[in-house]
Parts: sequence; C-alpha cells; structure tokens
Amino acid sequence: MTIFTPLFLIALGIFIWQCGKKLSLIRLGRPENRFDNPALRLWEMLLYAFGQKRVVARPFGLNHFVIFWAFIVLLAANGAFILEGLIPGFRLANVLPESLYHPLVFAFDIVSLLALGAIVLSFARRLLFKPDYLDSAYVSARSFEAFLILSFIALLMLASFGLNGVKISLGIEPADFMPVSKVAASLLDRSGSDLEAWGAFFWWLHAGVLLAFICFLPMSKHMHILTAIPNCFFQNLGSISTQSREEFAAGNRYGVEKVTDFTWKDLLDSFTCTECGRCQDACPANATGKSLNPRQVVHTLKANLLANAPALKAGEPPRVPLIGAEGEGTNTEETIWACTTCGACLQACPVMIEHLPKIVGMRRHLVEMESKFPEELLNLFENMEQRSNPWGIAPGERTKWTAQMDVKPFEAGKTEYLLYVGCAGSFDSRSKQVTVNLATILDAAGVSWGILGKDEKCCGDSLRRLGNEYIFDRMARENVALLRERGVTKVITMCPHCFTTLRNDYRQYGIELEVIHHSELLKELLAAGRLKLNRQVGELGKVIFHDSCYLGRHNDVYDAPRQVVATVTGAPPAEFDRSREGSFCCGAGGGRMWMEELTGTRINLNRVTEALEKSPDTICVACPYCMTMFEDGLKDKQAGQTRVRDIAEVVAEGMRPQA
Amino acid sequence: MLAIACIKQVPDTTQVQIDPVTNTLVREGIPFIVNPYDTHALEESLRLKDRYGFRAVALSMGPPNAEAALRKALSMGADDAILCSDRCFGGADTLATSNVLAAAIARIAREAGDEVGIVFCGKQTIDGDTAQVGPGIASRLGFRQLTLVDKILALDMEKRIIRVSRKLEGRHEIVEAPLPVMITVVRELNRPRYPTVPMRLAAVNASVKVWNNEVLKLDVNSVGLKGSPTWVSRIFSPEREKGEIIGDGVNDPEGTANLLIDRLLSKDLLAV
Repeated sequence: MTIFTPLFLIALGIFIWQCGKKLSLIRLGRPENRFDNPALRLWEMLLYAFGQKRVVARPFGLNHFVIFWAFIVLLAANGAFILEGLIPGFRLANVLPESLYHPLVFAFDIVSLLALGAIVLSFARRLLFKPDYLDSAYVSARSFEAFLILSFIALLMLASFGLNGVKISLGIEPADFMPVSKVAASLLDRSGSDLEAWGAFFWWLHAGVLLAFICFLPMSKHMHILTAIPNCFFQNLGSISTQSREEFAAGNRYGVEKVTDFTWKDLLDSFTCTECGRCQDACPANATGKSLNPRQVVHTLKANLLANAPALKAGEPPRVPLIGAEGEGTNTEETIWACTTCGACLQACPVMIEHLPKIVGMRRHLVEMESKFPEELLNLFENMEQRSNPWGIAPGERTKWTAQMDVKPFEAGKTEYLLYVGCAGSFDSRSKQVTVNLATILDAAGVSWGILGKDEKCCGDSLRRLGNEYIFDRMARENVALLRERGVTKVITMCPHCFTTLRNDYRQYGIELEVIHHSELLKELLAAGRLKLNRQVGELGKVIFHDSCYLGRHNDVYDAPRQVVATVTGAPPAEFDRSREGSFCCGAGGGRMWMEELTGTRINLNRVTEALEKSPDTICVACPYCMTMFEDGLKDKQAGQTRVRDIAEVVAEGMRPQA
Repeated sequence: MLAIACIKQVPDTTQVQIDPVTNTLVREGIPFIVNPYDTHALEESLRLKDRYGFRAVALSMGPPNAEAALRKALSMGADDAILCSDRCFGGADTLATSNVLAAAIARIAREAGDEVGIVFCGKQTIDGDTAQVGPGIASRLGFRQLTLVDKILALDMEKRIIRVSRKLEGRHEIVEAPLPVMITVVRELNRPRYPTVPMRLAAVNASVKVWNNEVLKLDVNSVGLKGSPTWVSRIFSPEREKGEIIGDGVNDPEGTANLLIDRLLSKDLLAV
C-alpha cells in the first residue's frame, strides 16, 4: 500500500462528508412530490443533462458540451488511475483485451486534448472576451474559484499527457494509439532527463490535483456536476407559470418567509446553479436596471441557507432574513416585486432551475402574512375582491361592448364555444375594439359562440402571480363552479393570461376545459377556408409579430399567430431579434401591469425600441397587456407612424371589403 | 381607553340603479361594501391601538347582514365588533341612528369598565351623504366634535389633548380639543390596511355581538322610523345635459387641449 491509499480515503471522506452536509441542508426544505412519471423524467434527464439540450442552445455551450462529455469519458480513465494507486501493479491493459484497450486509450487521449482545448477557450472567455452576464453582484467571472476549477482540469489533462508520455517512452503504453501522448513522449525523450523521476512527478501531480478536486468539488459551484443531473430528472413537468395551491386553515402559514419554507427542490436548485448568467442575460427586469436578477435570487437562496445552516439545524430561527435586508443572502422587497413572471429565466436555464415559483412564494408571504406590497396594488386587490376586475369598474358594464351587435348568452347544448371576453376585452376601450372585431369574425365564420355576460368574472391571473393566492383561490372556485353550472367545455380567450389561467391553473380545481386562444382559432378558421379574405392589406404595411410570454413561453403557442399573419398578408411576419422562446416581455406580466415602474428604464420602451429597429408599420400582438404596453411605448417614442394591432384586427383588416 | 369606529354597510353605489317607477334604489343583487370613508375611520382606530394601546371597537347599526362589514373590521384587527340590529331600528334617519349609536357607545364603555377616548366616523356615507350621524353622536354623548380630519398631529395622553388638521375648502385648520372627542375623517387621513390571511380566517369564526333594543332599552319613539323626523319622499336620477366631443384627442392632442382650454375660458370656468 502506498501513501496514496490513505490520502484517497481522506479525500473520499471529505467528499462524502461535504455531500452529506449539502444533502442534509436540502432535506430541510418542505416536501414536494417530484417522483411521478419516472419514465418521462428519465427521458428529460437524458435530453437536458446528457444531451445538454439547453447548454448548446448558445454557441459557446458547445465548449461545455465538450468538457461535459470529456468528463464522462475520462471518469473511466480516472477510475483506472485510482485503482492503479490503490492496487500496486494494477493496469487497465492487464484486465482488458487489446481490442478494447487500444480504442479506449485512443479515446482517452483524443478526448483529453479536446478537453484541454475547451479549457483554454474557457480561460480566454473569462479573460479576453467575457460577456457581461458572467458577472453578478456577488460572483465575479474572474473569481479565484472559477480559475482554480479550470486550472484543476487543465492540470489533470497535462499531467495525464506527461504520465502517458513517460509510459510510452518506457514502452509500457502503445504509442500508436496515443497520438497526443506520443508527442509528450518525444519531448521527454529529447530532453534526455530521468524518465522515472518525470513519471513519479506526473503521477503525483495527477493524483494531487485529482484528490484536491474531489475535496473541493462539493464546496464549490462545481457541485453542479453532481446536482445538475438529478435536477434535470426532478424538473417541473407541468406548466411552469402555474403556482401550487395553498390550503387555507387556521394556524397555517402562507408563502415563503424563510429559506426552509422553500421545497427541497428549490434548495436543490440553489446547489445546481453554475452561475452561468444566462437567466440574468434574459431577464427583462435585469436588462432595464431593476434590482432583480434571477441568478441572484437563486444565489441568495444558497447563501441564506448556508449562513443559517447552524441555526436551522439547531431548530432555531434563521439569523439572516431571506426577505427585506441588504447584502448577500437576502432579497429586498423591491427585487421580489420587479418580476414580470415572463419565464425567460426558466427558458434560459440549462439545468432547469425554477426561479419563478421562488419569487411568487416570497410574494405570497408578503401579501398574505404581512400585507406588505407596493401601495398601488391595494386598489387592485380591493377592486378584484369587490368588483372582480382590475379597474373597479361596475360589473354591469361588462357587456357594454355588445351594444353595437347582437351577442347571445352561452347556452350549453346550443352554443359550442364560450367566448371568455376577459376584463381587458370587456372594459378597456382599446381592447373592446379587438373584442368587437373578433366577435364579427366569429359570426362571419359561422362559429357558434356565446358569452357569460354580466356573470363573467375576472380569471384572477394577476392576483395569483402577485401572490394574493387567498383571493385568487376564492375567485377560481367561484369561476369553476359557474363554468360547471353552465356546462362550459370549450372556451375561446383573447387574453393569454385568461388562456393560461383557465387552461392550466383551473385544472388544479378539477376542471378540464378545452381552451383555445383566438390566434389558434383564427388559424383554424383560415385554414378551413371559413373566412373570406380580400387581401386589401396595404394599410397594415410591414407587420412584425411580438410573442406574448403567456402565449409563447408558458403555453408553446408560437406558430398559430405567425401563420395567421402569413395567410392574411401573404408573407410571414418580420421577427424581433429576440423572438419565440427568447421573446422579451412587454413589462406587464406578473401583475406588473398594475404597478409603477420606478427604477431603471422602462421594459416596454426596451421592447418598442427593438421593434422600431426593424421599421415595421404594424406591430402585431395577441395580448391586451402587450397592446397597452406597446401603444404606451410608441407614444413615448413619438413613433406615431407605427400602429399596434391585435391578431384579430389583422384578420379583420384582411376581410375588409374592397373599397 | 377605547377607540370606537362607527362603520356602515352600504350598497356599492357605482352599481346601484334607481327604479324609475317606484323611485327607490334597486338593491337586488348589488354587492354591499363598507362605506369607504368608514374604512379610514376604522384604520385610524387600529393605528391608535397599535401605537397607544387603545382597545379598538367597531360599531355598526343595520340589518343582520351588516355583520359582513364588522367581520371585515375584525379581519383588519378590531378587538371587538358590535352590531345594533333590531326591527324597530329600521327606517332610521340620522337623528334616530345617532340615538342608537350613542347609546351603544355608552354601553360599550360601561361593559368594558373603560372610558371612550375617541369615536371615529367617516365624514359621510356614500349612500345617504348627510354627514350628520357623526356630529349627532357627539352631541348626544356630549363629546367635542372634530370633523373632516385629514391628519392627527398630536395626541397627548397625559394631558388628554388631541390636535388635528381639518381639511376645508382651500385651506387647512389646525384645532385642539380635550378628550373625549368624536372625529369624522376624510380619505387623506390614512391608507387602510389590507387584512392578512390569518386575520381573515380568524374573523370568519370570530363572534360579532348583536345588540337589539332589549339590550339597549331605548324608547321606541326615539329610534327607527318612529324616531325619525325626516323621511324620503322621492329619489331620482337628475337629467344630465349631454356634452359634446370637441377636437380629435387621438390624432391632435395638443390642438384639442387648446380647444378645450379656450372653451372653458369662454364659459368662465377657468381661473386665469
């Protein structure tokens, strides 16, 4: 037995001890079932963890792909190396047939070179062409930790080339199957130095770095190589914009006040984050100078958990507050309210971290337990509770838009679709025009539809995203009871927020509705030839389409509105640079519609500026919130020549009889 | 010391319509709310509770379903809630109402073995709009009355003096009075709190005391319809003169604004 054996056992002990510590911290989280549907989970894990699907979505991700797969392949090489250290005289060549051994060492050699190249590129990225999103308030792209990890990997590769070079020179390894190590061998040969000494040096260099790495790994952000794979397995398989229900009973607490109010999966998320900064880069709040940075929300969780670990394990209250203080390990209230729940962070995360439920969880605590929220929300909450619409307009005015036309109430058996008009479509003067247009189109296509009229209530989307789950729960139960009572099964919505709430959120209340967004219905009607187009669409000019977050990212409806525009205008719409999955929020989601935007620049102006760079005549939207945000933004930019049109208005324009 | 907030459950007047035949309010299916001014009265009583340790009591007179308004008060943090409800209280005008509420306030103090420091009322209700009940209570109890208060500037508990700002047309008036006082409040006084979920759930099961006339023992000729010297002969919606739309605000906001200013000036509706 060499000295390696005790050293290895010590390293292994530290590794297991550290992992156990992290695991015990993760177990402090609240229970949550993430073991359902294991076959699908396994598939998603293969796709996202081993297939690196999200990682390679960005060009530099290829570099990580190389490092990841080199790591997997070289696990075998390092396993053999450790056995060599533990068992004197052990050699892989002795236990494997040559036909297997030769290709294997060839693979090790090539993969090591690729990994070394990727590490050099990683060094260069951090030193020479560092993207801004690699830095955050508490984690620097050029941190000691980052370079230490890269150096560890590089040293492992160099040491293995050196060691194999010595072995080739000594005739132990087959030179023909190790082209890279062969170069090292020839260098060593030419130097004429003591090969045995070099061999010992490289062996111990490799061993030292490997053991140090094993000890360091669970204490560093490199922990992600252990947690990312299970994190992909345990990912949310449902709708990511749908929050969990709460049980309202005396003695219960609501939302997330302290770190242990998060679920174990939330805590696992925090140990999975690699600080890659992609969520930070995608976040509209972060891009416009708000204090919110989704990456930091996850980092804060981890920092808070680690700082409070001794107290929490001793059953004491946490010392560092999760909400409301300054510094690492705590979120300011402003941060928590800045989120538009657009989901860009979730979409960007290569390891399927869920930022959104964490933020809404903290909002729930603030609203439901402490009644602390931006003051403009008080009106919204009261209006919703008393009049079931965000503006507090008399519910009797819900049907005012029908004055211009003959609209029938929904009757089960007689009417096919319920048109769930939504608050914007019922009360907002601009959106009412969209409603009238859609209603006219539905009639023209001979669709059988009706409305709930004055009995329609708000779906409660904003309340749920803002953390006012108590009132949302009440509204959802009332709405579901009404929809059941009226025998509604098929619903058309014009608002992606109603769409997602009826389709995904209400499912938690036991109702499975067939909900169709009007952009999808319009696509079907056009494809079936049920709408007569006159193609007099000169008024529309160049059309650009904006993906609403709750239609696109949260519900995967991307193509239908584009096909509608293409059919009506004869050409596919122009695209934003940030489009489809990478679309940039208008700024109104997550209840932000009803809040002031007091810090930084305005999110809608950011998006409008992006639109104007493409010089469109018409910005086509499919959401009443986006409509408002774009129209406001265009006014601000004094871009009066550009109009905003809902997808229904685009179709109506295409159907306008020739003059 | 007691801080008593008088609140009234009123129909949500934005949703009320008047029956053109009977000239009465159509109340069917209209949701009831707490009179908005009263929520500010309630909030101020709760602030005194938080700051000076007052016992905050919410008081109302109305039909049994007015209990909902008192539950809201409990969910916001009131220590006690009392509803004066009796058939013989029905049809009361402001005089009869203030008789009942004044008697109830006296009883609250007796039962608690404590004295009343401040009675808060909204400046008026959105259904009756008389602004008389608060002053009526003050007169009946012999309290000083401070109406239209938009700020409590100082409360000296040792000297038992309160100093407030009254919001009057175009000016503010700073006045002082010794306790006990009756204060009517305007919206600017505070921002009513939003009840937490635990408080809401607790309020659902909390008991609202109901006092009928067997408890209050008032002369039946001083309460309800019998004790009301005023009665409503007719309610109607006034005809409104139809306005006109001038200019094109969408395409020419500046020109339209100028047009509007000219028009207002010509009618002498703008001070120059």
